[in-house]
Amino acid sequence: MTDKELAQRSNHYRQNILKYIVKAGAGHTGGSLSCIDILNVLYNHTLNVSPENFRSPDRDRYIQSKGHCVEALFVVLADKGFFPESDLNTLCRYRSHYIGHPTRKVNGVEQNTGALGHGLPIAAGTALAAKMDKKAYRVFTLMGDGELPEGSNWEAALTAAHYKLDNLCAIIDKNTLQISGPTADVCNTDPIDEKFKSFGWAVTHVDGHDLQALQTTFDRLPFEKGKPSLVIAHTVKGKGISYMENVLSWHHGVPNQEQYALALQELGETVL
Amino acid sequence: MASVVVESKPGAKPNLEVFSATLQELATTDRDIVVVTSDSRGSGKLVPFGKKFPEQIVEIGIAEQNLVGVAAGLASAGKKTFAVSPACFLTARALEQIKNDVAYSDNPVKLIGISAGVSYGALGSTHHSLHDFAALRAINNLIVAAPADNFETEEAIRQAAAMTHPIYLRFGKKNMPLLTTDPNNGFRFGKGRVISRGPDLAFIATGETVQPALEAAATLRAEHGIEATVISMHTIKPLDTTLLREVAAETAAIITVEEHSVYGGLGEACASYLLQYGYGKPFRIVGIPDEYTVTGSQNEIFNHYGISGEGLTTTALDLLGK
Repeated sequence: MTDKELAQRSNHYRQNILKYIVKAGAGHTGGSLSCIDILNVLYNHTLNVSPENFRSPDRDRYIQSKGHCVEALFVVLADKGFFPESDLNTLCRYRSHYIGHPTRKVNGVEQNTGALGHGLPIAAGTALAAKMDKKAYRVFTLMGDGELPEGSNWEAALTAAHYKLDNLCAIIDKNTLQISGPTADVCNTDPIDEKFKSFGWAVTHVDGHDLQALQTTFDRLPFEKGKPSLVIAHTVKGKGISYMENVLSWHHGVPNQEQYALALQELGETVL
Repeated sequence: MASVVVESKPGAKPNLEVFSATLQELATTDRDIVVVTSDSRGSGKLVPFGKKFPEQIVEIGIAEQNLVGVAAGLASAGKKTFAVSPACFLTARALEQIKNDVAYSDNPVKLIGISAGVSYGALGSTHHSLHDFAALRAINNLIVAAPADNFETEEAIRQAAAMTHPIYLRFGKKNMPLLTTDPNNGFRFGKGRVISRGPDLAFIATGETVQPALEAAATLRAEHGIEATVISMHTIKPLDTTLLREVAAETAAIITVEEHSVYGGLGEACASYLLQYGYGKPFRIVGIPDEYTVTGSQNEIFNHYGISGEGLTTTALDLLGK
């Protein structure tokens, strides 16, 4: 996919995130907009996963630890053909499989997530299985910076380094805001890079909205042979919609019709 | 008293040892068998397994949440994963991982709670698991079982290895004589085993408490002419309600026995079913009352709370008004 096509995809995804959140009357708007460029690059450039190979044991795995930003995942999976986009009209509706967190009832979802601090241990176990079976697939997990105080992350960080899981890549969507306020004020986890390095990880920083930089970063995996890789993606909560950017209330705010129209106007037309 | 027990004692081993030996045998021909431990290979009798199959054992260190999360990942990628940790830590510390990563995501992990119940005796309540049946029964998509003797343990491990959905098994450390040598009395999850039959009373017991129930049945027969049914209800969930209905119809009273809190375990599972089924005969739940247990060995704790041949005999006579 060309850079231009990729950029158009991000725009399309942002439009769809808003469309289906407005339709459902619920959703994690700010965080979905902060991580969508990462998902775009993963699914359209990096991951060896598609509806055709999803049952293959050799596929790459993507586990979304920050499950609440499921709208970002759903719009990408729909675009990749895992299910018809029209299914998302049922988001959060009575008896729909498309609920507010990822579940395996939705084609393309690897693991049921939603409770925080669960993605990294499962990803480490899956990566360990690949090593045991001498398979080449890689395992990616996307975490929020707000979920880092969960102790299970640090338990898994030890395991990943101990077993030299260089087929594992964790990505932190560092949008610096969580539901109660700035992450640095709620429970400061900085410097994240130094902490993970001291745990035995290879760490890199990237602008989480720079599609080219994200591609180049993932192309370099593993950053160091014998070490798990951490990508600290610096992002903006609510990215792309001026009145949402870095505004806490958009954590799970739902735009009204007027705000929605304004957002679409800001995003402009998508040419796919 | 209790001729059944005396005859079957030779060769009895702790179920934990049978677990380890069975797993070794399975691993010999199946490279997908993987054991995950939390610094628990010694207490899980898994040192020989680790020596023989170093590529098939994953040491996590003391981190039960991670143990279960990693096990879920391994299982999702096709490994026949046994996550082994003391039952007290596995089912409390890692409860959310059991609920979400194993049961909800349907990753076929075999959760093995070792040194279950009050096996750790005088180490105290931090090390007792008297809550695991209650906590895990309320989680959907999880079989919960406590094999009673060496035969049930071996069968449970073999069948669990082949399962494609999650299961929780718990064992203790005590030598467990065979309940019966009848080759036709097989083991299948969800089907209780009838060890003896009698119309006057039924003991429905699980795990290491089936043995004292058998002892009580022998005493009741020899000294009081009371003929008791004894059931090994190894699977707490799904409960064998067919057998429960049969026992309710054919016996005059029921006593449930378990190495667990009287809240939320086998007894309340049976009571709940029987009440809704319309059962109205005498019924008693024997287990650990709602307290942190008296200090003592497993045997001493069992005796203290009447989970013994003598204690269950007394309870039976009381329930039958004799």
